[in-house]
Formats: sequence, C-alpha cells, structure tokens
Amino acid sequence: MAKTQISLTLNGKQIEALVEPRTLLIHFLRDELKITGPHIGCDTTHCGACTVDLDGKSVKSCTVFAVQADGAEVLTIEGMAQADGTLHPLQQAFREHHGLQCGFCTPGMITRAYRLLKENSNPTEDEIRMGISGNLCRCTGYQNIVKAIQAAAAEMAGGQVKEAAE
Amino acid sequence: MNAQTETSEARAEKLEGIGCKRKRVEDVRFTQGKGNYVDDLNLPNMLYGDFVRSPYAHARIKSIDTSKATAVPGVVAVLTAEELKGVNLAWMPTLAGDKQMVLADGKVLFQNQEVAFVVATDRYAAADGVELVEVDYEDLPVNVDPLKAMDADAAIVREDRTDTGDGAHGPRKHPNHIFSWEAGEKAAADAAFDKAEVTVKEFIQYPRCHPCPLETCQCVASFDKITGDLTLWGTFQAPHVIRTVGSLISTIPEHKIHVIAPDIGGGFGNKVGAYPGYICAIVASIVTGQPVKWTEDRIENLSTTAFARDFHMETELACTKDGRITGLRVYTIADHGAFDACANASKWPAGLFSIVSGSYDIPAAYCLVDGVYTNKAPGGVAYRCSFRVTEAAYAIERAMDIMAQKLGMDPAEFRMKNLIKREQFPYTSAFGWEYDSGDYQTALKKAMDSVDYKKLREEQKAKQEAFKRGETRELMGIGVAFFTEIVGAGPSRACDILGIAMFDSAEIRIHPTGTGICRLGTKSQGQGHETTYAQIIATELGLAADGITVEEGNTDTAPYGLGTYGSRSTPVSGAATAMACRKIKAKAQMIAAYMLEVHDDDLEWDVDRFRVKGNPERFKTMTELAWAAYHEVPAGMEPGLEAVNYYDPPNFTFPFGAYICVADIDVDTGETKIRRFYALDDCGTRINPMIIEGQVHGGLTEAFGIAMGQELYYDEGGNITTASLMDYFLPTAVETPKWETDWTTTPSPHHPIGAKGVGESPNVGGVPAFSNAVNDAFAFLGSTHIQMPHDSWRTWEAAERLGLHT
Repeated sequence: MAKTQISLTLNGKQIEALVEPRTLLIHFLRDELKITGPHIGCDTTHCGACTVDLDGKSVKSCTVFAVQADGAEVLTIEGMAQADGTLHPLQQAFREHHGLQCGFCTPGMITRAYRLLKENSNPTEDEIRMGISGNLCRCTGYQNIVKAIQAAAAEMAGGQVKEAAE
Repeated sequence: MNAQTETSEARAEKLEGIGCKRKRVEDVRFTQGKGNYVDDLNLPNMLYGDFVRSPYAHARIKSIDTSKATAVPGVVAVLTAEELKGVNLAWMPTLAGDKQMVLADGKVLFQNQEVAFVVATDRYAAADGVELVEVDYEDLPVNVDPLKAMDADAAIVREDRTDTGDGAHGPRKHPNHIFSWEAGEKAAADAAFDKAEVTVKEFIQYPRCHPCPLETCQCVASFDKITGDLTLWGTFQAPHVIRTVGSLISTIPEHKIHVIAPDIGGGFGNKVGAYPGYICAIVASIVTGQPVKWTEDRIENLSTTAFARDFHMETELACTKDGRITGLRVYTIADHGAFDACANASKWPAGLFSIVSGSYDIPAAYCLVDGVYTNKAPGGVAYRCSFRVTEAAYAIERAMDIMAQKLGMDPAEFRMKNLIKREQFPYTSAFGWEYDSGDYQTALKKAMDSVDYKKLREEQKAKQEAFKRGETRELMGIGVAFFTEIVGAGPSRACDILGIAMFDSAEIRIHPTGTGICRLGTKSQGQGHETTYAQIIATELGLAADGITVEEGNTDTAPYGLGTYGSRSTPVSGAATAMACRKIKAKAQMIAAYMLEVHDDDLEWDVDRFRVKGNPERFKTMTELAWAAYHEVPAGMEPGLEAVNYYDPPNFTFPFGAYICVADIDVDTGETKIRRFYALDDCGTRINPMIIEGQVHGGLTEAFGIAMGQELYYDEGGNITTASLMDYFLPTAVETPKWETDWTTTPSPHHPIGAKGVGESPNVGGVPAFSNAVNDAFAFLGSTHIQMPHDSWRTWEAAERLGLHT
C-alpha cells in the first residue's frame, strides 16, 4: 500500500515518517516508534488505555489515523517527566495514593488526567470522575485514582500532596 | 542514633515489613509507561497471527479455501486444522480432562471459534488475509439453553462424544452431559427437609460473565530451529503449567521450553488456561522459523477465552420456626460451553462449590452439580475467586435472605443466629471442609454498628410506608452478605492440576552485602507481589524490603509453581517465602553463634539481629551475618546464604467478611443508586494494608459490574450479543460507588505468618451484597428473588411484574 509522509512533534521531538494511510496512531506509536506506554485494551474506543494528548486534547489513539497527526504535537506518558527525570506530580501522586495496580490503564489514565487538570486545575470529585470516565480501570475501583488526581491538583496549585486518608 | 542504640521499634519500622503501607515497587515503571507487557515485545523478523473465526454457533465446515489469503502481500502462511493434524495439534487437552479443538476440525461449535490462523509480516496484512479466507459452512441446530441441554431432542454438541460413555469424572447420562459431581450426605439432608418446620426453594442463576482484564490474552512464540529451543512470552498466570502442558502435547522436551510471563495487565482468571492462540503462534513459529506474535482483540477476548460462572442453582434451605437452619440442598446445572475447559484443580469438576454451606453451622447438606455442553465458548474459570466459590457464596447468601423473609426475621439477625461460633473453630462443615479460624459474630456486629444498621432499617420502613401512601416512587434496599472463602489451593491430598500437586515455591538468595533476590512460582498481574513478598522477607530476616528483588514469571529461573489465581499467592507462596526465610535464619543463627562464640540456644532474635540472651550488647546483625556467610562460616558448613521451599499447605485458608450495601431504586426507571457500601474483610495477618484496601476497592468494583450489569448473552441462534465494550458493562468512574473498608484480624493457625489472602474476597462477598440490596428493596412486596444482573431494565421489569407501574 502506498505510504504517506507525515511529520509531527512527539514528546518534544521532531518525527518524520512514512505511514500507510490506514495505520492507526496507536499502532504507529507502538509498532513503528516503539512508544509502548500507551496500550491497546479494546477495539471500540471505550477503554482509553491508548489515550494520548494531541494538540492539547485527549484522544484515543486507536481511533485516530497516524496521518491525522501530521503536523500535530503529540504527548504520551513517555513525555510526562521533566528532562532531568523529575516525575510529573500526577506520576508521583498515582504511586503515593496507590492509584494503580496492574499498570495497564495507567499511562492513558495519567495522560487523560494531565489534560483534565489543564482544563480544570481545581476539579471536584464529581468533575474528576466525569473527566476520566472515558478511561476504564479494572483493578482499582477508581477511588484511589480520584484521590491521586486531587492530590496532584493540590500539589500543582502549590499545596502539599496530602497523606492518604485511612 | 546508631545501629546499637536504635530501639527495636525504630529498626523494625525501617525494614518496611509486614503491616507496613509500603509504596509499590512496580509503580516506578508503570507510572512512566515503562511496564513490560507482551505486546510491547518486538523481536527482529517478528510475524503477526490473526484468526479467521466462525460466524455460526454450530455448523459443519464443508470447505476452507485459503488461496486468496495466501496471495495477499505480506501473508506468510495460513494454518487450518489440516496443517495442525500434521503435528498432532488439531486438538489439545484441557485442564479439566477434556480435549478442545485448536482450529475447527470438521465443524464449529460456538460463534467466533478459531477456524484458521493467518500469519503475516504485520497486523494489517494478517487482517487482510483473514478477510480473504473463504469458509463454506452448513449450519446446524444449536443448543444454547443449558437447562435443555440434556433433553432428548437437544442438538448434540460434540461428535466425538455422541455416546454416553464415562467422561473424565465418571458416568455420563446424555451426549451433552459432561459430569455429575456431588458432595455432602444426601440421606441426611433429605431427612432434615422431611422433618423441617420451614423450607424455601429458589432457582438462583449466576449468569455467564467474563473477567475482562484490560489487557487481553496474548503471546509471542519464538522457535530456534538450530537449538530446538522454544521461547514463549505470554500473559500467563501460571507460567510453569504452560511449560509442562506445552511439553506434554508437543515433541519439545520441557527443558527446551522457556516460558516468560512479563508484566501482565490484569488477569482475574482469564489468563490461567491454554488457548488456541498460543498453540497456533507456536506452530506458526516452527513452520516459518520466525517469531510470531498473537494478540486478542476485545471481541475475541469476551467471546472466546475463558468465560466465568454460568451456574444455575436450585437452592433449598430447611429451618426451624425460630430460625435455626437444619438443612441445605443445592442442585446445579453448570454450562461449560463446547469444551470442558474449566481451570479447576483436576479432581474438582465443580471446583470448591461445596463451600456452599457458607459461614453457617448447618448440620446436614448435600449438593449435586451436572455439567453440560452447549454451543458456547469454553471456559468456566474462577473469575477473581477460588474455584466456583463466588457461585456458592451467591447461592447461600441469597437463600439466607429468602429464608429470613419467610420467617419474618431480619436478614442480619437470622445470619447472626446461624453463624459458626468462634469457639467452634476449627470447624468441620457438613461437606467436610475444616474451616481454619474465624470470629464471625464479631465481624458482623462491627459491620452492623459501623453503618448503624438499626437506623437504616427504620429509614427503610418509613420509606416503604411512604411508598405505599404514594408519596415516593423510590424504594430502599439493604443488602447484607456474610461470606467465607476457601482459598490457597492447595493441599496435595486434595488438589492437583494434571497430576501436579498444587504446592508453590520460593527461592531466596541473600547476597554478601545483605540484599537479596527472591524468585517464586506465582505470577503477579497487578497484585503487587514485588512489594509484598519483600515485606514478608523483611520481617522474617530483618533485612530492608527495599533491598530485596522479587522476580516471577521466568520458568528458567523461578522454582516450579502453579501460579497465581484462587487467592493462592499469599496462602501458598507467601508461606513458602516465610519457610525459606526460616531456613536461612537457622543457618544465620549458627554463623552468629560461631562468631559470638556461644551456643545457638544462647541467642535470641531481635528484629534484624541475633543477640546473646541477657547480653543484648553482643549481637550480629543479619547484614553482618550475610557477609560472614560468604567468608567465615564454621568448619564443615557450606558457604552461602540461600534456601528454597516448596510449600504444600496443610489446609486451605478461609478468609471471611461482612458486607452491607444500601441501594435506592427508582421503580419507574429501574435505576439503582448505590448509596453506601461498607466492606469488612478478615484476611488474617495483613501484610500491606494499602494494597489490601486497593484489592478490596477493585474487587468490589468488579462485583458491582457483575451484579448490576454484566452478562455474556447468547440469543436463540447462539449469537453472542454482548461481546464488545459497547454492550458488555464495565463500570466507569462515574457509576462506581465509593467504598468504605474495614477489617478484623483472625490469623490462620496453620499459615506460617497467619495470612489468608484477600484479593478475591470482595468479589465473592460483593456480588451477593449488591444482589441482596436490590432484592431486599422489593421483598416487602412479596418478591423473593430477582435474577442478576440488576440492570435498570431487569429491575424495571421486576417492578412491572409486581404491579408497581399501574
């Protein structure tokens, strides 16, 4: 199949590539670029394991063609930490508050939470729950994910990450 | 403070041992997208396999034409049953003593069954190939209703089983019959019912559902033609079992098979068994000489690999008028689909279902289970529960409510009256299980006090009155569930898989500088084993948990074990870990005695050191002893500091808990809101309270999904109508209730550290708590039982049947 030239910024790095027009962004990231943080958990855009940030919006990369990312800025979990290795407050808070178990939904969940906090820096619990409702987790029951996102929001607002309640 | 003067408590705290809310080791990689899951693996020249699947539930295959598919650019090979017959792998044995088609041989027996395997240079080319394989089918009558599967005119599922000869578990009475299995004493139970003052009988269904971990089943097979070695990476909850089975069904000797389970994205029972995808990837790698990756998509996962439940249980209780249970009978039809591929211990075709007497002192009990074939996917795995324990807990906990209703007793009061008493432990049930320990009344009382149960009942009563007066259209339900699990399979006298006793293992090696590595036969799928096993070692050996690497999943390096499912990791491998530590500690004590020039018996253990009794200033820390083990051991002693333990548990463990759920139901829409859910768990000694709480949250959320919306539904043509996440309910953060967790601690007397296991309790106890809450809301109107799942439609229907919409 004929290939199309695309260029995009991925986690701050310029990428040029030839892709089949039908190649999904998630397959391009995972199979071609070896960006294996975003995962594949369903085929119907429900689970959110493949969530990446595309031009300032959360998208499910299983429902976006790689060619649609031409000229775009893409952020994945791999681009979340600072260059010196300092983790993003969300990454720290997920560990601190036991917001993950098997880790499979985690990259998509954190990437979604990152955009959620950009959209609303001080969300209520209900806003967080609604905000991550496109991302499924089978392990945690979400309670500690919500707690982690609240803690990260507080940290980013200059507060301290609170200790987990009993 | 230095090491000499620090208090024991301060030193113990630094170890992050048992009881510590230690942050998880795994999370460092997972939060950075650096987990190592099967699909992350990319080998040079790797090919991709994809299945052609049957659109029919039951059809004869007249022909398969692969010529167009093989002409697709990138397609390397297409396998059908004919190719597999050449290597004697068209069929494979199941863990339950049956056999299963790898690729459809002559006919297909369920929708989406594997028919051909297309191998190509990338995922897309493989999918192109799948589209172009032409299969000519002749459809056959289907058998989808397990209750009619043994009717005289039922379509026969298995052509290799048309007779009624004995199966793996004894006599069969119909070609669609797989086994009959019974437990307890029928005569005693019948006598109890003959004499009973009050009896109830209810047909209780536990629908077919699916573990549905977020990562589907997948593998990469790589066969080296030069050395004859097969390396198989896969989503395996039981890697060693996969290696042994692989060796038994192929010509590859076991030492040439290297099974590696990397990080697993959730399992919940889905990843215990062996699936056609694994076999096809292996054969394709042998045929092509290249590594082959196979990954399920979600529809394939939900419709073909490892359903759970599908138990149809006629449940009867006998009782005195004043509420003392005298007998229990349960007759179950179990739908096993087209092949009996249950992942049970081999001798137990209905698993540990005879835990169905639950937490109650029931003098006479009997159960009978008939397994049947239908035109549905094979499986019957223990989805986040020990084998068939959640089905058992559901049956008894629903029956308890139904009996309480008939007696006019409060469901909690009725339970309290019949719970096994603390002084009765160890308690032998009418089915012969010896419950290790429990303090049930204390747990139930604590649960009731915590939610102010009496006040809730008063509120409910007031709402019922208001409903009758027409002032509200909302009903309130209070679901009480008290469950006892049987986990930690298991004692070799009772449990084996294909003849291999269900022990498990730990191998611990302490390095000269006092750090170490522990390898185990279990395999974490999110439970946090890398964190918690190290905590056991920290407490047992007085070495910091941070200095212990925990490694699982590589059959070349890990000692043999049966894997992780049925809450067996803590009860079995956790015990093996403690026992291996004790061997190491015994050797360290001898080294300490030698170095301190005292007799072994003159030493005592103090957190992280051996000290001389009566002279605590003279001691050797474990770190010092580790160093000494490599350079100054007593004459005649082997150097080094390591041990392995294969632990054959003397008994199962019996975690328990008391759950209370409060639900508000709109009778006009059927919508149910979970107002409150309180879960008290007693899992014995608590290793990491943070992880326990996380396990309970997750298990309750899965229970919520099962009770309130999940069903793998097949229409009359055998079409599965709920095989994608569009139709199969997985709770999001919005629907998921908030969980309140609590605990009591009753250690297991036979486990080295008293731990019982917890991961599956919330699923076992949660489902009846939700279902009891919904049923309880309608009970005052005379309703005894509404079948799961309690989605809005079914709940609305129940209200309609009760005439509430006039």
